[in-house]
Amino acid sequence: MNGLLIDYEYCYGCHVCEMSCKTEHGFKKGQWGIELHTMGPREIAPDVWEYTHVPIPTALCDLCAERTAEGKLPTCVHHCNAKVIEYGPVDELAERAAGKAKMVLFTIE
Amino acid sequence: MDSSDFNEQVYKKEWQWKEGDLTVTRSTQWSAPGCHCGCSILFYTDKDGKLVKVEGDPQSPVTNGRLCMRCFALPEAMYHKDRVTTPLKRAREDRGLDKWEPITWDEAYDLIEQNVRQIWEEDGNGRAISVHGGTGRNMMWHKVVAAYACFDSPNVMCGFQSGDACYIPRIHAMQMLCGGTVDADVSQFFPDHFDNPAYKIPDIIVVWGHEPFQAMSDGFYPPLMSDCIKRGSKLMVVDHRVTWLGAKAEVFLQPRPGTDGALALGIINVMIQEDLYDHDFVERWTYGFDELKARAAEYPLERVEEITWVPAEKIARAARFWATGGTSALKWGLVLDEQQCGVGAAHAVLAAEVLTGSIEKPGGTIVAARGYHVDLPYDIDDWCYKIDNIDPDLYKDRVGFGVYPFRSGPNGGYASPDEMVKCLETNEPFQMKMMWFQATNFLACMADEQNRMLKLFDNVRFIMVSDVYMQPTAMAFADLFLPAAFGPERFGLRDWFGPTRSMTQACEPYGDCRSDEQQVFEIGKRLHPERFPWKDTYEFMDFLAHDVNTEEFPNGKRYHLDELREKVIVYPERHYNRHETGELRPDGQPGFDTNTGRIEFFSTMYYGVGLEPLPWYEEPPTSPVSTPELFAEMPYILSTGRRSWEFFHSEHRNLASMREFHPDPLVDMNSEDAAREGIEQGDWIWLENQYGKAKFRANLSDGVLKGTLNAEHAWWFPEKDPNAPSLYGVCESNANQLTSQCQCGPSSYASPKKTQLCKIYKAE
Repeated sequence: MNGLLIDYEYCYGCHVCEMSCKTEHGFKKGQWGIELHTMGPREIAPDVWEYTHVPIPTALCDLCAERTAEGKLPTCVHHCNAKVIEYGPVDELAERAAGKAKMVLFTIE
Repeated sequence: MDSSDFNEQVYKKEWQWKEGDLTVTRSTQWSAPGCHCGCSILFYTDKDGKLVKVEGDPQSPVTNGRLCMRCFALPEAMYHKDRVTTPLKRAREDRGLDKWEPITWDEAYDLIEQNVRQIWEEDGNGRAISVHGGTGRNMMWHKVVAAYACFDSPNVMCGFQSGDACYIPRIHAMQMLCGGTVDADVSQFFPDHFDNPAYKIPDIIVVWGHEPFQAMSDGFYPPLMSDCIKRGSKLMVVDHRVTWLGAKAEVFLQPRPGTDGALALGIINVMIQEDLYDHDFVERWTYGFDELKARAAEYPLERVEEITWVPAEKIARAARFWATGGTSALKWGLVLDEQQCGVGAAHAVLAAEVLTGSIEKPGGTIVAARGYHVDLPYDIDDWCYKIDNIDPDLYKDRVGFGVYPFRSGPNGGYASPDEMVKCLETNEPFQMKMMWFQATNFLACMADEQNRMLKLFDNVRFIMVSDVYMQPTAMAFADLFLPAAFGPERFGLRDWFGPTRSMTQACEPYGDCRSDEQQVFEIGKRLHPERFPWKDTYEFMDFLAHDVNTEEFPNGKRYHLDELREKVIVYPERHYNRHETGELRPDGQPGFDTNTGRIEFFSTMYYGVGLEPLPWYEEPPTSPVSTPELFAEMPYILSTGRRSWEFFHSEHRNLASMREFHPDPLVDMNSEDAAREGIEQGDWIWLENQYGKAKFRANLSDGVLKGTLNAEHAWWFPEKDPNAPSLYGVCESNANQLTSQCQCGPSSYASPKKTQLCKIYKAE
């Protein structure tokens, strides 16, 4: 089983995962293989702000099967500006997730 | 696996290779369309030479495979139905109407030559020809070559932005203080980045009035800053809205717009009063400390709190954090250019950074470009001024000469945009007869006080625009439209703060489009063949790359275009503490390239021309304090120029992909303010003041300072009627409906774009 591990502490919301995915797969308007979700900015305590982005793979995510077959990385992993998306077998990713706070692991296929 | 684990069998180091039926070319994308970064890109072309797709180049040490969302729209942009494919002309009486006639390049050049020669005959030189360039294509050097070498005119400009209020005011302050342009050291100067033994991450990154990831500004690659933050750099952020960095910061200050100078002076005062500054650095390498201390003493915390709305204890905490947290790297933004006292504010912010002793240290704030060498575009400017048969007194015909000291020197200095507005309105000191707008859609983007702009060119007899699509500025004013090439259709090099990168042509220009370089070269060849002896544009560009470029590569090597193409990226030598080794001054002596050889808190240059030599603050020309009656009527402080991921200034508005992400113009407003006004998320609202009005969708946020608004800039609607008065709807949602001309700072730099007052009401 492969998946995507996302370090949402450092995702700054540049949308390149969404856009590179759309062009890679030729998705039409309204279709997304990964979608960016944002919380905040919202003051959760005096001078403490929640402002968090998390990209979430959709049902259309195939982990860029064609690319990985050619020895390439999924396009969102390759192009992520903040370098917060990792790809690989989920057991390896889970180990990495256990070592750091604010990580989310998506098991995909 | 992350993006560092790319497959070297697939992504090669060669400049070009085959992948199946496709050719892959390593290059640099620098417009059109584009931004300031010059990112490393892979162009995939098919057997017909058509661009099929792009990817980030993982072999590039500049970007490590990363690429932002806009570049993925390149194929969509290049083969878009709106692309203009031949030169177009239009009768002067049809300006504003979509009545264009396709012509050949020879016919276009005939028209240009005829107009220029007539002006030369009437005036003796080309002073009545003004050339304007946007910052997009090659950082503006084409326009300088066009003005000086082609037309014998000193009237080069950047598109009617009052006070040249985009980076130029900060550049000015940096030159005066440090003798060069400084930037945050986030490892960009070494190909091995964080593995380089000389490099150390900043302990603190101070981000002042800036959202670097969206702005992608001025030769700086912001994702490297995020790499530093991951590795442990702490943040101090000053902004009137909560940015993602602000939310992450140890210290976050949210001042009233336009009061940054007072805030920085208050911080300096704490640093000095509490004896937190770097004594050794200040004693050995700075000039005017006592005067700085006295000026800062005029800004005690209570006064600064009153001016800035930032609580005194927060200001004190910021000063302590900044001064005692280790090496700091300063990254600042447009906020400092777009207030009338912006130069004084930038002076103050930079002075605070200097007090920490972080200048020229690894992970600090380093002189990215020396005063006498600010990379290739400026080398090309210098080449223009020194052309043999150019009139050495040409600069005296620069608009703004004699009005502002820094517009009155023989070398450098663009015409003053504010004086150019007056010149066009009054025909004083002389009448402007011809204009060439290259890569600038200023009616949508740069030019303030849009309603004044619309009437400005009635007396100008010949106006030409070079761009990739028809756009509002061309539709409103042009008599001739020259279709330009996109990035993948151009060749050349990119050199601005960092490694030199080849721009390798991957596709033939679409239709009959020609690159900006080719347009300038061919026009120059017609008007001044002796100044353009090269056989073709490639030879001309090769001369600029090899003979004009003064970049210092290892072992004194100079590069021809062919060699650069093979190497793709070449890093110049880079050391630290160059003020100690004599590498910052042309005479090789230790120190900075200023009159005193020191960083000048007290600027001898400003003093010498009668301008304020110390950091200074003044209340904005319109504000709750300076114009309370106006404020009673217009109770919001409007900041304009808010950037977004999807658009570079006025570009990308015609791309379906980008408009899916971002369909409408937005203004950020505080949620409580909105509740009081009965405004809900997504409502259309009018912003209106004494200059005009514009309509935006409200984007509500707790992170916007109460009483302030933050509007996007440069909106137009390619889908709307091109004919006047619509002009693609350029007046409907344009923040420059509410900004002012001719209110620049005393040195002619900076203007109050981010401190206008306005009222708001719901649109029907």
